[in-house]
Amino acid sequence: MVDLSVNIGDLNLKNPVMTASGTFGYGVEYQDFIDINSLGGIIVKGTTGSPREGNPYPRMAETPQGMLNAVGLQNKGVDAFINEIWPKIRTFDTNIIVNVSGSTIEEYVETAEKLALVPDIVGIELNISCPNVKEGGMAFGTSCSSARQVTRAVRNVFPRHLMVKLSPNVTDIVEIAKEVEDAGADSISLVNTFLGMAIDAETRRPLLSTITGGLSGPCIKPIALRMVWQVADAVKVPVVGMGGISSASDAIEFLLAGASAIQVGTANFINPSISQEIVNGIADYLVRHNFNSVTELIGALELD
Amino acid sequence: MPKKFIEDFVILENKRQTSEFVILTLQHPTNLPKIYPGQFAEIKVEGSPNTFLRRPLSIHDVDYQNNTIKLLVQEVGEGTRRLAAMKPGESLNLIYPLGTYYSLPSSNKVLLVGGGCGVAPLLFLGRFLHENGIKPRFLIGAKSSAQLVELDEYRKLGEVFITTEDGSAGTKGFVIHHPIMKTYKPDFDWIYTCGPEAMMKVIAKYALKRNLNCEVSLENMMACGIGACLCCITPTIEGNKCTCTDGPVFNSKYLKW
Repeated sequence: MVDLSVNIGDLNLKNPVMTASGTFGYGVEYQDFIDINSLGGIIVKGTTGSPREGNPYPRMAETPQGMLNAVGLQNKGVDAFINEIWPKIRTFDTNIIVNVSGSTIEEYVETAEKLALVPDIVGIELNISCPNVKEGGMAFGTSCSSARQVTRAVRNVFPRHLMVKLSPNVTDIVEIAKEVEDAGADSISLVNTFLGMAIDAETRRPLLSTITGGLSGPCIKPIALRMVWQVADAVKVPVVGMGGISSASDAIEFLLAGASAIQVGTANFINPSISQEIVNGIADYLVRHNFNSVTELIGALELD
Repeated sequence: MPKKFIEDFVILENKRQTSEFVILTLQHPTNLPKIYPGQFAEIKVEGSPNTFLRRPLSIHDVDYQNNTIKLLVQEVGEGTRRLAAMKPGESLNLIYPLGTYYSLPSSNKVLLVGGGCGVAPLLFLGRFLHENGIKPRFLIGAKSSAQLVELDEYRKLGEVFITTEDGSAGTKGFVIHHPIMKTYKPDFDWIYTCGPEAMMKVIAKYALKRNLNCEVSLENMMACGIGACLCCITPTIEGNKCTCTDGPVFNSKYLKW
């Protein structure tokens, strides 16, 4: 029997497989397809201080080996999350981490404060990397000083696990990672989507109502993997890797690059059972390669 | 919400209808779950490198005796061209049955209005109504007679009215131009419609003016099909809702049209 468990700071995960925010709803949407309790964790949909309607349709465009989205943080707001959604999902036997976003530092802080008052919420993922909102979002994650400010402000009000999700739309992601580590992040997740665009040549119009959107899927995997490798090498806190992971072997590549856990995102849309299949695939890999524990793979990239 | 499944079906038959439409008959290995008219499946298209996402297609017909379902496929892009080229014996992965469905009417005077590929769920709906003792009438619109498929199947269930834009069959014009739509007080009080949004908007307005019940089925682009990605939203009187889980069938009064 191989040991799949990993720790991300003070969080104990049954296995390193989590699902990425915005791709897995609140978990309940996937209950017909997998046992949610078999996952290491789920990161629920981005939550903001007030309810948001998101961007107008069309919000999605298919691209080669990927997709663009411009959902724009549609959600019912933190109060509805705590009062209506949380009671339905809190009994899942897995780490449920709440993705928190906002337009201002005050909104991030207010949301985190409210979540801090719900004792069984084990952690939050601070989303300073959403490319689809007019104010805030990615803006916080693309400069060292604002990344530090928002991380520190939320750190001061949220006493449990604080994961910070980075944007890849920066010149040097390592600098940003060091800033959020220094500002008190317990772990760093990367990457969020890449800012992209699609045009219909026939109609000469953009395919998204917002013109630009966030690119995800297998097409971004090599860039995400490179960034995870660079960041894991530069920070001491655990790194959670994501970006186009669609198979157990993709997940293992991120672990080898230095991620302590991974998130499955866009692949959930194509195969709603994929996260559980990746858990099983990692176990098979460990047996096949005579490892006792998945932790032996973390940062185990062979270089000679 | 009824339980959803992800399962492989085997293609039993691929029957070409016109230059752009085929009907695929798919067989399920065991008993089919209950499927309702208006529901859809998210289909994984293999062997089409540029088709990254699944394709949402209406369930066109269901045969519980033989455990088969039918899909009406219109070739519009690489993914649907690949689907239309599938051969008997090949397998196809479906997530199904998804979404809301047309409701049973409180009257037996119903009209089913379909345009283009939007006729897809109306055959199954017509059969469902027929089995429930309601004789459906169909109003089907197409660009030309070459786009009309399976009219005999509809005629087995009820009266069929046709419009074509070029006048090659039925009344020339759009569905709204058909004589049965011309009277202020029509002899139907429920309308079920599926087709191009512009057509459905006209029908919904027609129904609203006359205080008829009207259910529409939307065809928004989707990623997940199960209410997780929030890509396929439509504005409603209660805010943005997912076409895949709050729809695809909506009462037209609920939509911000």
